[in-house]
Amino acid sequence: MTQMFAYIPFKNGAAEDVALEYPDAAKKIDPSAEVTAVAAGTGADLDKVADAMTRIYKQVIKIDHADLAYPNAEQVRKALLDVLPHDAIILLPHDTFGMDLAPGLAVKMDSAYAADIVDFEGLDGQDLKMIRQELGGAVYTHVTSDVSSGAVITVRPGSFAPTEDTAAGGSVVDKSGDVKDLSAKRKFLEVVVAEVGDVDITKADVLVSVGRGIEEEENIEIAQELADAMGAVVSCSRPIVDAKWLEKSRQVGTSGQTVKPKVYMAMGISGSFQHLGGVKGNPFIVAVNKNPKAPIFQVADVGIVEDILEFMPELTEAVKAL
Amino acid sequence: MEILVCVKRVPDTAENEFELNSAGNDLDRDDLVYSVNEWDNYAVEEAIQIVDNVGGSVTVVTVGDDESEEVLRREMAMGANNGVLLSDDAFEGSDGKGIAAILKAEVEKGKYDLILTGAQADEGAGQVGGMLAAMLDYPYASLVNKIEVKDDTSIHVGREIEGGNQEMNEIQLPCVLSIQTGINEPRYVGIRGIRKVASVDVPVKGAGDLGIDPAAVGKDGAKTRRVDYFVPDLGDGAEMLEGSTEEIIEKLIEKLKAKGGL
Repeated sequence: MTQMFAYIPFKNGAAEDVALEYPDAAKKIDPSAEVTAVAAGTGADLDKVADAMTRIYKQVIKIDHADLAYPNAEQVRKALLDVLPHDAIILLPHDTFGMDLAPGLAVKMDSAYAADIVDFEGLDGQDLKMIRQELGGAVYTHVTSDVSSGAVITVRPGSFAPTEDTAAGGSVVDKSGDVKDLSAKRKFLEVVVAEVGDVDITKADVLVSVGRGIEEEENIEIAQELADAMGAVVSCSRPIVDAKWLEKSRQVGTSGQTVKPKVYMAMGISGSFQHLGGVKGNPFIVAVNKNPKAPIFQVADVGIVEDILEFMPELTEAVKAL
Repeated sequence: MEILVCVKRVPDTAENEFELNSAGNDLDRDDLVYSVNEWDNYAVEEAIQIVDNVGGSVTVVTVGDDESEEVLRREMAMGANNGVLLSDDAFEGSDGKGIAAILKAEVEKGKYDLILTGAQADEGAGQVGGMLAAMLDYPYASLVNKIEVKDDTSIHVGREIEGGNQEMNEIQLPCVLSIQTGINEPRYVGIRGIRKVASVDVPVKGAGDLGIDPAAVGKDGAKTRRVDYFVPDLGDGAEMLEGSTEEIIEKLIEKLKAKGGL
């Protein structure tokens, strides 16, 4: 039977949502396998998370170490290497922490590595068949990993069904004593919290959000005019912030703000999962994009194939005329 | 500061519409437009800026075929001092670990203080930097959006984490960093710059030059392999509004009114 472990990321004493999604992922890998949760950190927050996980997992491994007060990937890697069998399948989230930890962990465990998995098609002998996206979500691929010497797999948060069964009655196993030296060549200093801009996009009911399709900085004005007419606020996707056309506080996405508007106007936005990860609360999504194959049309409620630079001014005039 | 930047030639996601081939198992590659991986341009720009400030040199390296030389020359036109092409039939079909192993062999031929990669490339795995660091036993930080050189032995780096926040770390040199977009503004490369480096020698190294066992890399050495490409059925998707722009706007306004958008 495959030994499977799920790394539980947490903040302020609460596990992140992915902790509920691993059981579904694991079942798709091997329905007969038991998944063991692994929580690393220190103190009361860790205890709280480990206890909470016993409602979902039969076994929860706890690694308590003062050096793990902040999850420094280099130190967490060392701790996991001390505690976990090297031929196990280890599940991690494909987020900023998982991306930091997982590739190096796979090297040190000498196991296969598969990143950003959105679905599993199960084991065929030693080969695990999986689905992922490439080229910014434009195409999907099947990949197989030889898991005979273990595997480190990052799963895309939100891709698997959260478990509703919270009566596992599991137990916590304290493996803190197995952890040896956690000295590291990378030292955590501090978290610099993002500055709040003059406009709070998280409070807006209607967002006119612009992406690469806006083409030039001057064209932001066209979106602003539409937003003014609609009583909305302008937000954007990552490339607009990278180009410094709008401030970071206007960015919607996993690396930006999480928004919960009633209506989300995605203008010239292709719809990467990092962007859509920041759109919560099931808003009515209107997507305008000149590429009929843009992934945003798969998630939008209403789709319009037009050039936003021509469409937005006409829409603005029509709204003003109401 | 001696800096090595790992770059990659990739299909340009902004310029291409990706279609499957007639067999339905691979991309139709006939008319694909290729360019330098977007994240790599930020990494090269950052390396050039560091060297401008503290001295040293920037070398760009790639694993690829003959055509990959063009991305090295483009980055040299930006201002990188040297380029190295790692190319061998034995490298074909390498997974992330294979690519990292090939790069490791090249790193060990030089003496680099800092190794940069793009945060991710076309496959979206974001794996090579972290693997390379682990193979070299160097410290690593991913998704770096700020670098401050402190002294000869350490640097401070900011990592992008959720919610627009930044995680600051002190890292000992030598180290490997994967660079996130937005850390700087990559400079424009004109035709003149490209011409200037057109005749510069770019050494090509194969498995033998690097001391790599061909069986350890390439398709045979890969534990993770791509089987095929496909486009899934994704349910209904959006209700597409059609007609003249005027008609579309009329329908849209009705819907926006109903949903509280107006």
